[in-house]
This record gives sequence, C-alpha cells and structure tokens, in this order.
Amino acid sequence: MNNVTFLFLRRMRLPLVLVILLYTVSVFGLAVMPGVDDAGRPTEGMGLFNAFYVISYTATTIGFGELPHPYSGVQRMWMTLSIYLTVTGWSYAVVTVVGLLQEPAFQNALRSGRYARRIRHLKEPFFIVCGVGETGTLVCHGLDRLGKQFVVIDSDAARIEQIKLENFHSDPPAVMADASQPSTLTGAGLLSKHCRGVMALAVDDNINRAIAVTARLLRPGLPVMARVGDANTDHTLGAFGGDMVTNPFERFSTYLALAVARPQRYRMGQILTGIPGDDLPELHHPPRGHWIMCGYGRFGHGVREALTKAGNEVTVIDKMHYGEEGVDIEGTGTDSTSLRKAGIERAAGIVAGNASDLKNLAIALVARDLKPDIFIVTRQNQIGNNTLFEAFGDDLCMQPSHIVAREFLALITTPLLARFRYEIRGASEKWSAELTEALSALDEGYVPQLWGISIDSEQAPAVVDAIKHENWVNIGHLLVDPYDCQRPANALVLMVSRGEGGEILPTTGYQLEVGDQLLIASSPAAGRRLRLALKNPSVLHYLRTGREGGGGWVWHQMRRAKLAWIKWRTMHHYQEH
Amino acid sequence: MNSEKVIFGFFITLAAALNFGFWTGEMDQINLHSVWELAAAIVASLIATVLKFGDRTQLGAVHLSTSLVADVQLIAGAIVWTFAATSPAGLTPTDMALIVSMSAGALLANLISVVLMISEIITARR
Repeated sequence: MNNVTFLFLRRMRLPLVLVILLYTVSVFGLAVMPGVDDAGRPTEGMGLFNAFYVISYTATTIGFGELPHPYSGVQRMWMTLSIYLTVTGWSYAVVTVVGLLQEPAFQNALRSGRYARRIRHLKEPFFIVCGVGETGTLVCHGLDRLGKQFVVIDSDAARIEQIKLENFHSDPPAVMADASQPSTLTGAGLLSKHCRGVMALAVDDNINRAIAVTARLLRPGLPVMARVGDANTDHTLGAFGGDMVTNPFERFSTYLALAVARPQRYRMGQILTGIPGDDLPELHHPPRGHWIMCGYGRFGHGVREALTKAGNEVTVIDKMHYGEEGVDIEGTGTDSTSLRKAGIERAAGIVAGNASDLKNLAIALVARDLKPDIFIVTRQNQIGNNTLFEAFGDDLCMQPSHIVAREFLALITTPLLARFRYEIRGASEKWSAELTEALSALDEGYVPQLWGISIDSEQAPAVVDAIKHENWVNIGHLLVDPYDCQRPANALVLMVSRGEGGEILPTTGYQLEVGDQLLIASSPAAGRRLRLALKNPSVLHYLRTGREGGGGWVWHQMRRAKLAWIKWRTMHHYQEH
Repeated sequence: MNSEKVIFGFFITLAAALNFGFWTGEMDQINLHSVWELAAAIVASLIATVLKFGDRTQLGAVHLSTSLVADVQLIAGAIVWTFAATSPAGLTPTDMALIVSMSAGALLANLISVVLMISEIITARR
C-alpha cells in the first residue's frame, strides 16, 4: 500500500467509527421497539436483521417505506431519530473525505505517488534534467525532438509549472525537489537500468556539483553533464566527471575565438553538436587584425585571451573593471568617444560581450554607425530578445544557453562524440572543411543525425553472426544503400572505437570486430536502413555480396542440396573419365 | 495517560470479551447464545478494525489482519443465523453449533490481537 492509502485510512478513522456507532444505536433500538400487526394488536420488535435492513436503506436515503409491516407510533419515533442520526454521520464522513481531497498535504502525497509510479513504469531509455531555466528548457526541447524520454527536477515551483505548459510530444514527469539530495535523484530513477544520463543545469554551482558527485558514486559510468560557472569548481568536478563538465563562460569564449580564428573548424563543431534536422549553420569569414572587446567579465577574459592567441590585437573597453590589468579604455562602448579611443576606424571586428542584451545591441548599433563594414559579434543572453537580434542582423550571434544546451544534448545522447571531438581537437582548417562538406552532403542542407552503435548481439546481431562464420564485414559494406547496392548510402562512419584504440574516419576496407563501437553520421532515412542491415542477416548478406540472399529455412536447405548435387555430379563425371 | 491508547485498548478488549461471552456455553444449546451478544461483538470488532487503519508498522499490519479475520468470521456467523432463523425449520441445534464454532474462530483471532497488544506494551516498558 502506498502513502495515499495510509493517509486516507488514518484520517477516516473517526468518521467511520462514528458511522458504526450511529448504525448500532439505530439498529438495536429499532430491533426492540414494539410494533403492531395488521389487526392493530401490539407485537414484539422486528428483530436485528429486519432492523439492519430498514436502517441500511434509510441511512443511504433510498427509503423503501415501512417494512415488513406498517410501523407503530414508537417505531416511527425511533425511525425519525435514526434518520437524523445516520444521515448526519454519513454527511460528516463525506465532508471529511472532500476536505481531505482538497488538503495540500494529501494532494502532495497523490502527486508524488503518481510521479513515482510514472518513473517506475519508464521502460525505455530516459534522461534526468535537473534545473529547467533557459538552458534546461532548451535541452528538454532538444530531447523531445530526438524522441527521448526525460524526467525534470527543479526546486522552483514556477519553473515546474512552466515546463508543464511547454509543448512536448510526450508528457515528461516533473517534480519540485532539491536535486542536490541523493533521494531526489534516486526517486527520479537514477538507479533504473533505463537511465542513460544526468544533466545538472541548476543555477547554483554547488547543486550541480552535488548532483555530479551523487551520480558518479551511485551510478559509476553513467554520463553526467554538469554546468559550472566558476573556474575553481571546474577542477574539483573534473576529478569525478572528466570532460563531461561544461563551464559556459569558458566554452563560450573558446567557441568565439574558434569562430574568429578557425571558422571552418567552428562550423564543423557546430554541425557535429547540432540538432538533427536543423538548417546547416552558415560559414562566417571573420577578419583578422585589430579587435575591440567590450565588457571584461569572466567571459571577456576568455575571449581576449583566445583572440590574442589567434594572432589578433585586442583593445578592451570596460567601465567597472577599469584599472585592472588588461583593460585599456574606460567606458561602456555604447558611446562613440570610447569606441573612437579604442581605434574603431582601423578595427576589423568588435565583440559586444556584456551580460545585458540591450547594452550589447547599443554597442553594435554605434559601431556600425561609425564603421559600416566592421565585423560584429554579439552575445545574446535572453532567448526572448531573438527578434531584436534578428532585426539588427549581426555577423555572428552567440547564445550561451544555446551553446551549453546543444553541447549537453549532443554529448549525452551520443557519448562516443566526446571521444571523437577529443581525437580531432587539433584538426586543420582544410581537414575540417572537407569533413564539413561530407557531413553537409548527407542530409542535403540539414544537420545529419549522429548516432553510436556497438557491434554486439543486441544492437547488431547480423554482423556478429557473420563475423562468427568468418564472413568479414568491412566499413565499406555499411556505406552501401541496402535498397540498391549500386548506390552509396547517405552515411559516414566517423570513428571506430576498439578498446583503447580505434580509427578516425576508417577506410572502406577496415574490418569490423565484435565489441567495436561505431560513431556514424547519416540522414534519418539512411540511419533506419543501416540499423536494419545490422540486424537482418538477409539484408547484410545483400550488402556484402550484392546478391539477394534466400529468405527462409526452406530456401537455405534447397540451395545446400543444389550445391551438394553439383559437387556429386562433378565427382561422378571425373570418375567416369 | 493517552486517551487514544485507552480507546484502542478498550475496543480490542471489548471485542474479545463480547466474543467470548457469546461463544461460552454448550455449542448446540440455542438458549445459551444470544443474538444480541453476537451483534454487539460484531460492532465492537468493526470499530476495533477501523481503529487499526493507517498504521504502517509490521505490528500494525498484523493487528489489522487479525481484526479482519474476526470480522469475517462473526459476520459469516450472523448471516448463517439470519438464513436459519428465516427458514421454515427455524434455528436448529446444528445451525447453532456452526454459528458458535464460527465465533470460536473469531475468538482465536481476537485473542491474538489482545496478545499482540500486551506484547507491544511489554516491549515499550523495557
């Protein structure tokens, strides 16, 4: 029995005892009240059973009338009393039930009971999202579009209400609780074997750290993504989570520097972490030379460092941090004087990197006025200001919440991607451009799907079977359209991971082994066909040989018989000669 | 002294006492067993059941189940009585023996309930 039943039973004790007592008084009294027969002579009472019958239909206000005989005066007096007694008792019980149903504590118990039941019944892979602010909501939408289930935890009631109003395909279980408590996470299904990852996106770094530690200890090996804003926290978390920790400020500045210094590699990264089905990101051509950086907070530090490293000259404008090392000019950047002082006439680009969107737009407007062809990079903090930034039409707009959300989504749904990105971290511009082109061609103009698969009896039984029978399967076999082996499939094997080693962009001749893990980019249709080929022996046979394999057991036996007959005939032939 | 515990102990003991009162006497002697006493035993047993609602402990669960057994036994006896009394033959000694043996079963359950209550008190004292 659950909490709700217990709470209900405990609260119903008094009303129920009262009803029983009132029934007893009424039934016993009616049973002994002297009655009259048809002739008007006094008789004994009607007895316990008849009295119980009469009181039962009277108390429930059904009212069959006077049974078994018309009543005597005393009986009628007692009945009058009984009606008032029993109806009062029932009413009291009903009022108690209604009051109980409206009680916040009872409704809480009902809600948490329903939530726990839904978590228990989650029988497909799901993710836990802790904290649904701007980033968390984006992550939820991404998961929803990928068709993944997720559980939402937030300590803010308003946010939970908000997430329930979002238009998701599925209705995600949501709970208002403190995610830094281990019991909250286990209650959200952390220990379930279907749980595929935890994302810590709470406002407070400490909560995110607690979530990461809890998940690491209770479910070692489960992907955990934690957002931390503080550089020091990053290191402590690193001991537990490795590269699964994202510092939004650091990532953001790294990406910005990448976008300016290595546009091709930046675009490749965007495609790899993009949401499948989105439009492909455009290629930017940010100029090299003199840059102006407005705003020198945590984000500004990173950008300045990254831009300088990429060989640019940077002038920093800031009002609050003026006097600190690295700030060259005092001002906000929203006025022409400070921008002129920073040398906007000879500047190639400007970064408006304040925490306020309106300030950033003001900087951008003034800068374009002063130098119309300047390359403008803006930082957009609030999703709600989308229209303003679109109306302005900047050269490059970066949204911290978007960056974190996309990165979390991509890495947690495809854990192999983290390794792939690590392996290609120093890729050249030419290499990146080639890979970008190949990725762009997979799903004509849209971001392709990225998915991982391991060659085991569960995910790729056909391949395992073929390898066991010494029929080798190559990467090239997987890159053929299963509907027509003359055409290439819209798929690309990005990486094969084999234990510690593996291969980046393996050639078509690369042989697969049981236990390999593949990272594949493909169009949605090609992905479905490829998954079919990995599971269905006939389709795999067609891919390997280019010939249709017979479907069932009968055909197999007949083909074997035919082969045996040919063999026998040849032998016979030789013997005759 | 806790009034809740007084009421709890009162009803459990009352249920057992009334049950015993009905059961005592020769099994097939109709005039030794009163229908009023049976009805009173049923009422006391029902109230004792309701009082045991909503206790999550292991002991509470066993308490509740013994009371439910007593209820079922006594109500079954009452139904048999009603059937027999309204039949043409009236209440026979055989019927009475059946009813009394049902109440004996209920008495056993009620005694377990009392023993549980006493053992609970003893452990609490220690």
